[in-house]
Amino acid sequence: MDMRVNIAGVEWKNPVTVASGTFGSGAEFEAFVDLNRLGAVTTKGVANIPWEGNPTPRVAEVASGMMNAVGLQNPGIDLFCKRDIPFLRKYDTKIIVNVCGRSEEDYCEVVERLADEDVDMLEINISCPNVKEGGIAFGQNPVAAEQITKAVKRYAKQPVIMKLSPNVTDIAEMARAVEAGGADAVSLINTLTGMKIDIHRRQFVLANRTGGVSGPAIHPIAVRMVYQVAHAVKVPIIGMGGIANATDAIEMLLAGASAVSVGTVNFHNPAVTMEIVDGIQAYMKRYGFEHISDMVGIV
Amino acid sequence: MAERKRETAVVLSQEQLAEGIFSMWIQTEAAKSAAPGQFISMYTNDSSKLLPRPISICEIDRKNSRLRVVYRVTGENTGTEQFSRMKAGDTLPVIGPLGNGFPLEAGKGKRVFLMGGGIGVPPILELAKELECEEKQIVVGYRDADTFLREEFEQNGKVYISTEDGSVGTQGNVMDAIREEQLSADLIYACGPMPMLRAIKYYAEEHEIECYISLEERMACGIGACLGCVCKTKEKDHHSNVNNARICKDGPVFLASEVEI
Repeated sequence: MDMRVNIAGVEWKNPVTVASGTFGSGAEFEAFVDLNRLGAVTTKGVANIPWEGNPTPRVAEVASGMMNAVGLQNPGIDLFCKRDIPFLRKYDTKIIVNVCGRSEEDYCEVVERLADEDVDMLEINISCPNVKEGGIAFGQNPVAAEQITKAVKRYAKQPVIMKLSPNVTDIAEMARAVEAGGADAVSLINTLTGMKIDIHRRQFVLANRTGGVSGPAIHPIAVRMVYQVAHAVKVPIIGMGGIANATDAIEMLLAGASAVSVGTVNFHNPAVTMEIVDGIQAYMKRYGFEHISDMVGIV
Repeated sequence: MAERKRETAVVLSQEQLAEGIFSMWIQTEAAKSAAPGQFISMYTNDSSKLLPRPISICEIDRKNSRLRVVYRVTGENTGTEQFSRMKAGDTLPVIGPLGNGFPLEAGKGKRVFLMGGGIGVPPILELAKELECEEKQIVVGYRDADTFLREEFEQNGKVYISTEDGSVGTQGNVMDAIREEQLSADLIYACGPMPMLRAIKYYAEEHEIECYISLEERMACGIGACLGCVCKTKEKDHHSNVNNARICKDGPVFLASEVEI
């Protein structure tokens, strides 16, 4: 059995990575997960300069999921390159750097800075619902999404994954737009915008009022969107959204994702990624799949 | 590598101490390396509740790998309510110990205030048991006459109590108790609600007293990855590169002068 997958020319040892923002740069999970067992580690989003993020409370639990409005707090690209890349390079796993920004120039500055760094892929976050400027502004308009993709592609030396927002009318249209802009792959879905109110205090639970909903609650929506995008574009898809176990991951692959990201459930069980790798392997054995690619999009 | 894990703890006993306040002893490997002021992540067995509940450690029995947690039920259908219904023999997933506890070495030769308020009272008990210092003044604040853990505190130092309704000790909060009893100290450890911690931080600065406070915030991961539970710091934090520290990983105990609350 061959668990390797090829995403835009980069070979991962298996199709499992982590969703940006749920795993830091891996250091906090090092004690719980053998990082060598992951196909790739996708880092927390990094910008050209350090970002403070939003006020607290930044997180809340919802039924079968959570909401967050962390607001892309990050240490900035300089410290990231000095500290986080060498840390991850100790491990035999691919490094996907998630890039955030407030403007086209911000994104391009980070991508250019990463061009000569030892990282394998870039994931461009144009879909964060929790920051006022940038982010989602590029992710909800196909013209802007195509434009930002073209812009970062001019500076990128690594394959570019565009991370799509589910907070749109037609996600297939967004996927076609970034593909037209030159995206090497797409990842979806980012969080769905939600709101939670404390009825006893009669105020919003999150300081930001709204936050991104993630976790098993959104999984069926993610599967549907992966399926739609798989039928709209040729570039590979990294599927994510509420994957809690191997069953959920396999569902994503069958819907058309070439690889999967595990997010919120890392907070429930920090070792879940390794269990998912094992579970996919057991499934392949059970049903006689020789290669992961034999499973992709067959439903 | 991968030397830590979410483990299955076994409930040894459970009792209700006061209105909405429960005490549970659990069998867990986490006890072996636990220190006063640290916490554990407790998970419910309800799969619709994904996130761990960060619960402070009230007592540690390292020899027998047992921890005591004293916690408040936060409402109907909450995770803590589910914990409160657990019986001896039931199991629950836990991760711990987590975070940095109170620095015990700071107590050597000092006259110390150990201050707890509300559901910030429990972690002060293990601190009171383990701390070696010149004078141990335990100042604990409650809402009313439900002064849970009082007997245990009395075995470990001189105890001063405040209650909001005045039914026991000084009427008011822990600061009122200090003033009424005319107490003084050259080191403070404190855990409690934010207004209490603000008052203590202000008092410590005014009197130039070394002061450690244990902070609380809504958490998701509990291990420093998600950046949900940050607090503002005076100086730029080494990890975040901005003026935010992670309460779960860099705290929950901070030197009061280093955080903006």
